[in-house]
Amino acid sequence: MDLSLDQRYLDFREGVRAFIAAHRDVAPPAVTIRDRGAPSPAALDWQKRLIAAGYAARNIPAEYGGFGAPEDILENTIIHEEFSAAGVQAGLTGIGIMMLVPTLLEVGTAEQKARYVPKAITGEEWWCQGYSEPGSGSDLASLRTNARLEGNEWVINGQKIWTSGAHYADMMFCLVRTEPDAPKHRGISYLLIPMATPGVTVSPLKTMTGRSEFNQVFFDDVRIPAGNIVAGRGEGWKVANVTLKHERGGLGDPAKSIARFDGLVKLMQRETVNGQRAIDDPLLADRLMQLEAKVMALKFNNMRVLTADLDGSDAGLARLVTKYYGTVLNHELDALAIDAMGELGVLYESGEYLRDEGAWQAWYMHDLGLIIGGGSTNIQRNIIAERGLGLPREPKAVIPPQGAGGSV
Amino acid sequence: MRFGLSPEQEAFRDQLRRLLANRAPMDRVREVAADGSGHDAWLWAGLAELGAMGVLVPEDHGGLGMGAFNAGLVMEELGRHVAPVPYLGTAFVAPLVLAESDSNSIAAEWLPRIAVGEARIGLALAEAVAVRADAGIAVENGRLSGKSLAVLDSCAADVFVVAADGRLWLVRADTFGLSRRPMTSIDRTRSLSELRFEGVEAEPLGGGLQLTHRALDLARVALAADILGAADAMVEQATAYSKQRVQFERVIGSFQGVKHALADMVAALEPARALVWYAMYTQTALPGVEAHRLACHAKAHMAEVGRMIARGATEVHGGMGFTDDLGLHFWFKRIGLDRQLLGSPEQVRAEAAAAMAA
Repeated sequence: MDLSLDQRYLDFREGVRAFIAAHRDVAPPAVTIRDRGAPSPAALDWQKRLIAAGYAARNIPAEYGGFGAPEDILENTIIHEEFSAAGVQAGLTGIGIMMLVPTLLEVGTAEQKARYVPKAITGEEWWCQGYSEPGSGSDLASLRTNARLEGNEWVINGQKIWTSGAHYADMMFCLVRTEPDAPKHRGISYLLIPMATPGVTVSPLKTMTGRSEFNQVFFDDVRIPAGNIVAGRGEGWKVANVTLKHERGGLGDPAKSIARFDGLVKLMQRETVNGQRAIDDPLLADRLMQLEAKVMALKFNNMRVLTADLDGSDAGLARLVTKYYGTVLNHELDALAIDAMGELGVLYESGEYLRDEGAWQAWYMHDLGLIIGGGSTNIQRNIIAERGLGLPREPKAVIPPQGAGGSV
Repeated sequence: MRFGLSPEQEAFRDQLRRLLANRAPMDRVREVAADGSGHDAWLWAGLAELGAMGVLVPEDHGGLGMGAFNAGLVMEELGRHVAPVPYLGTAFVAPLVLAESDSNSIAAEWLPRIAVGEARIGLALAEAVAVRADAGIAVENGRLSGKSLAVLDSCAADVFVVAADGRLWLVRADTFGLSRRPMTSIDRTRSLSELRFEGVEAEPLGGGLQLTHRALDLARVALAADILGAADAMVEQATAYSKQRVQFERVIGSFQGVKHALADMVAALEPARALVWYAMYTQTALPGVEAHRLACHAKAHMAEVGRMIARGATEVHGGMGFTDDLGLHFWFKRIGLDRQLLGSPEQVRAEAAAAMAA
């Protein structure tokens, strides 16, 4: 156990802090739960400044518009921690930057990298992800949106759902079935679809939050160039798994839980009922301490994972549990905030007595979405048990044929 | 930066595991548990040979002068094997408390003996956490009178560290006026006693209330590490059992109900492990408020996770888990004892909250 950092990293941390202190006045305001949308001009300017300084797109090769520094896990962790602690946006975090860019860099052609990566990292071209379908959620590989090759074009038909940002995205990376006769995992291809193509229809999907964070996207004889495929025909599932590997630090990120916990403490110090601050109420304080222990546990668990990454070894269970643990923990933090506010905890959207702009109720619902999305809690538990503990898969149940008797 | 074990620490842990596999198999644990002493001299000698007794004893007193993380690794392995030895009081709490006391002569007398396994030290600290109406110790002219309950690692102890009057004292087991009555607990692998003091001569350790809190922090971290090892062992046994037990022509580990139960156990245990490891590390690397807050959080959180696993892992074993034959109950009871000692989760969390406000 050695938690000290080499002088090089201490200096690096000082550099990040100095940059934030010098430039934070031109940083766009932190993204709130309300204004998820296309990046503002200020956010695009900020992104350019961050790339130039090496705090965004840090490990993307310079020939594709990145900063070109070799990957260093500790440097990236320090950047993430410092921006998070300062409450300053650490650049754009769209799905294109997080998922598509690393995937193209690993398996894309030289032409694809040159065409898509520079515009994706600056936010000039915005991406969305076309994975889930109405009939294919947890069982993604059963997807049915299909494409057939006609001459020099893919012709796409079908429907995607839960597509964040589709209503302002320029491009979609999309899983479609191109080999209908192949086994289900081997019949899928990874296509790049311009959203402005005729036949693409985006329809907003309103959620329980009252907002439309997601969309449904319909494809009706959508024609795109045959070259808009990443890797070969039928290799889409493999490509998608390359992408998944890059999800590190996404759902289950301790920096997010730490920031949420700090906000909760401040709320409980402000909120006063019967002359007593919420934080001085023994029952609420007990819940707060239970959650603080979990936030710390997530933080140190992440340091274990980081240590394994530095060693090039597999963090095993410590990594497998983070999405499940972190998303449920955030939801518990939101719940305590709502309870600490008592009756005022129900207020939403607007009004004189709203606390923290109504963020806690919005998060309480939004975080439930994150418990479900990206592999629901029940799927996570299967993964932990099967991959982490080596338990056997559930035998397949026989699905009764359509129209068979038995139903009333 | 390395969060976790160094190659040397891994080698040390492997040696411990081999020793414990040889000297603390289930049959041996049963034998020692039957006599209720909480002390297996054969295992104790083996730990001393490995150097485990002197991990926290300063080098100039014949020890290894290592950090509390190393001693925590020993506690974790002892918990994993439900080992019946008074390591917690003797080798985890006493070395630092005596080394940090105001009495050089006490340190010089006892630390070298601890390092070679020739001393066994009990902890009478319960009254520093919660004074009950029927217990408590008064101090008059340096003599102690009254009662201390749930004294840990007590049956084989040569000497006790006693909290009284906001300070710590050292009391030899053979002092006139001191009597010891075993208290029968669920966990027969460790000894609990009532100590009665009738004008007992005691040597002050000095250090004031701060040293008392130091002793409590160390003991709580050690209890958390003990639960961690025990809970880990229970999950491991339940996982192995679920892969071999067949019902409805399937191994029960293929049922989602069993899978999810085990997944929930490890999803709680893995982050808790990191919390306890960090708490162990802070006791010598970052002494002060950070060490105190982490000791509280590790004790309370591990107690909660431990209870959940003790129940869940037993359930996965079905009726077998309920039998004496299987021996799983030794871990269940060990976790049960650790949870109650030196502060309930609620009480320890209240201390953590007070320390946050401070």
